[in-house]
Amino acid sequence: MLAVLGFPLLGGAFLAKWGNRRWAPEFNSAASLLTLVSAILLALRVLLHGPMIVFHEQFFIDSFNVFLVVLTAFVAFTTTIFSRPYMRNEQVLSGLTNYQLRLYHSMYQIFCFTMLLALTTNNLGILWVAMEGATLATVLLVSLYRTRESLEAAWKYFILCGVGIAQALFGTILIYFAAEKVLGAGGTALLWTHLNAAKGSLEPTVLSIAFVFLLVGYGTKVGLVPLHSWLPDAHAEGPTPVSAVLSGLLLNVALYAVVRGKILVSGALETRFADNLMIAFGLLSVLTAAFLLWKQKDIKRLFGYSSIEHMGLMTFAFGIGANFAGLLHMTVHSLTKSAIFFAVGHAAQHSGTKSMDKITGLIKSPAVGWGLMLGGLAILGMPPFGVFTSEFLILTHAMQSHPWATPILLVALGVAFAAIFGRVQSMVWGESKGMALPHAPAYLPIMIHLAIVLVLGLYIPRHLAQWYNDAARLIG
Amino acid sequence: MAGQFINLLASILLLLAFAMLSQRRIKLLVSLFMIQGLTLFTNTIVIASTTGQAHLYYSALLTLSLKVVILPWILFRMIRQLNVEWDVETLINIPSTMLAGIAIVIVSFNLALPISHLAGTITRGTIGIAMACVLLSLLMMITRSKAISQVIGFLSMENGLFFAATSTTYGMPMVVELGVALDVLVGVLILGVFFFQIREKFESLDLKHLEKKEE
Repeated sequence: MLAVLGFPLLGGAFLAKWGNRRWAPEFNSAASLLTLVSAILLALRVLLHGPMIVFHEQFFIDSFNVFLVVLTAFVAFTTTIFSRPYMRNEQVLSGLTNYQLRLYHSMYQIFCFTMLLALTTNNLGILWVAMEGATLATVLLVSLYRTRESLEAAWKYFILCGVGIAQALFGTILIYFAAEKVLGAGGTALLWTHLNAAKGSLEPTVLSIAFVFLLVGYGTKVGLVPLHSWLPDAHAEGPTPVSAVLSGLLLNVALYAVVRGKILVSGALETRFADNLMIAFGLLSVLTAAFLLWKQKDIKRLFGYSSIEHMGLMTFAFGIGANFAGLLHMTVHSLTKSAIFFAVGHAAQHSGTKSMDKITGLIKSPAVGWGLMLGGLAILGMPPFGVFTSEFLILTHAMQSHPWATPILLVALGVAFAAIFGRVQSMVWGESKGMALPHAPAYLPIMIHLAIVLVLGLYIPRHLAQWYNDAARLIG
Repeated sequence: MAGQFINLLASILLLLAFAMLSQRRIKLLVSLFMIQGLTLFTNTIVIASTTGQAHLYYSALLTLSLKVVILPWILFRMIRQLNVEWDVETLINIPSTMLAGIAIVIVSFNLALPISHLAGTITRGTIGIAMACVLLSLLMMITRSKAISQVIGFLSMENGLFFAATSTTYGMPMVVELGVALDVLVGVLILGVFFFQIREKFESLDLKHLEKKEE
C-alpha cells in the first residue's frame, strides 16, 4: 500500500533533481514498474482477503478502486516506455531544454502519485485535494513547450478545471455538512466507508444539491459537455505521453470520483435523481462530441473529442446501472486510447505536423500505421476488440431499461465511426512523405495494449469477470 | 451579540465581493483581496471563541498567514515585477454586472434556504452570503480579461468556499484544510511562472489576445 504511493512520490522528487540525465527515462520507467508491481501485489491481497482499510481508516481499498489502481499503474508504466524514445526525439526535433526535461519527468511521477492518492484515499476531502494536485501537475505538463498555443491551452485548462473543481469542493462541504448531523463532527464524517454505512440516514435535500455540485465539478474534469472545452486543447498541445495519460487515466479517476459520490447520493435518495443527471450529461456528451469530431483538423484534437464521447458513454452506462459494462469500457477505452496516442505521437513526429491533411502513408513504418489503423478500429467499436463488447453490453442494457436512448447512442456511434474511420484511412494509406526519426520508436506498448483489448474482446478471464462483478455490485 | 457581529462581518464580505466585481485597478484589487482575508480571519476567530471549537483557531491562523500575508505578498511582488501596478482594466458595463450580481445574491439566498433550515450553527444566517460570495467571484472571473484579475477571482472564490465551510459546519477536518491551502499556494506559484511566460509570448497579460480556438 505504502509502496504504491511511495514509489511515484520518491521518483518525482528524485527526477526533479536529476531528470535531465541520460538515464532519466529509464529511471522514470523503473519507478513506474515498481509502482505497477506493488499495485499488483495490492490487488492480489484484496482479491484474496477482501477490502482493506489502513492508516487510521484514511485509506480504503475495495475491488472497485483496486482495479483502477492496477490499470493506472499499468498504463503509466507502458507510457514511460513509449515516452523514452518519444522525448529523446522531441529533444532533437523541438529543442527541449534540460530544465524542461527535468520538469517533465518529475511532474509525470507526481501526476501518477496524485492519481493513485485520489483512487486509494478514503477521505472525500483528500480526494478533492489530490484531484486539484493532478490538475496542477498536468497544467505544467501541458504548457511544457511554452508555445503560444500550449500556454493558452494550459491557461484555459487551469481556469476551467479550477472553477469546476471549486464547485466540487462546495459539494464536498455540503456532504460533510449532511454527514456531521449523523456521524458527529471531526474526522470520520468525511470518510467514505463511514458515509457509505450511514448513507440511508443522510439528509436527502442537501445531498441532492451536493451531487449537482460534485457532478459539475468533477464532471468538468471528466470532460462532460458543456464543460469540455479545455479537453481537446490540453490534449493537442501537451507532449503526446501526457495526452495518453490524460485520456487514459485522469478522466477515469475523475469519473471514479463522480461514481463514488453517486453511490452515496443514490443511497440517501429514494428517487433516481443522480442516475438521471448522469444519463442526461452522458448522452449530451456522446452526441455533441460525435458531431464535433467532423470538424477536427488536428489529429490529437480528433482523439481528444473521441475521449469526450467515450467518457460520456461511460457516464451514461453508470447512470443506467450498466456498471459491469461501464467498468469494462473504462478499461478498454483507457488501453485503446493510450495505444492510439502512442501511435499518433510517432506519426506526428514522422510527418512533422499534427494536421491530418498533411499526414499520409503511415503504413511505411508498419507498427505506427497498423497501430493507428487497428487502434482506430478498436476505439470505433469494431469486433473482435473489447470496446465492441462493452459498447454492446451498454446498448443492450439501455434497450432494456431506457429504450428511447438507444437510437440516440446508435446515431452518435455511427457518426463518430464515419468521422474517424475516413480520417484514419487517409492517413495510413497513400504515399509517405515522412522522415526517419533519430531514435527508434517503442512499438511494444502499442502492441501490448491492443493485444489486451483484443483478448478482452474475445474472452474475459473468469477472475477478471468476478472482479468486475464485485465492483459493479459495490456501485449498486 | 456575537451572532450580530458575525452577521456584520458576513455583510462586509458580501460588500467586498461587490467591490471586487467593480474594481478596475489591479493593485487595489489585491488590497481588497487582502481585506477579504482579514475579515475572514476575524470572523473565524469570533466563531471559534463563541463556540469553543479549538480547531477553528488553527484554521484562522492558517487563513491569516496564507490569505493575509503570503498570497498578497506574492501577488504584490508579481505585479511590481510585471510592472502592471497601476494598470486600469476596461470593464464593460459595470452597472449591468452589478445587476447580475444582485440577481446572483437572490438566487443564492433561495438556494441556501433549505440548508440553513437544517444547520444548527450560530452562523446559519450567513450560508446564503457564503454561496453568494462564491458565485460573485465566479462572475468576476467571467467578466475579467486580465490574467491576474482572473486569478484573484479564483482566490476569492476559494475564500468564499472557506467561509461556506465555517458557517455550515464550523470548518472541514484539519487535514483537508491543510491540503486545500497547499493546493492554493502551489497553484498561485505556478500561475506566477505562467504570467511571465504569457507576457513573454503575447507581450500582454490581456487574455483577449489569446486567439479563440474553434471548437
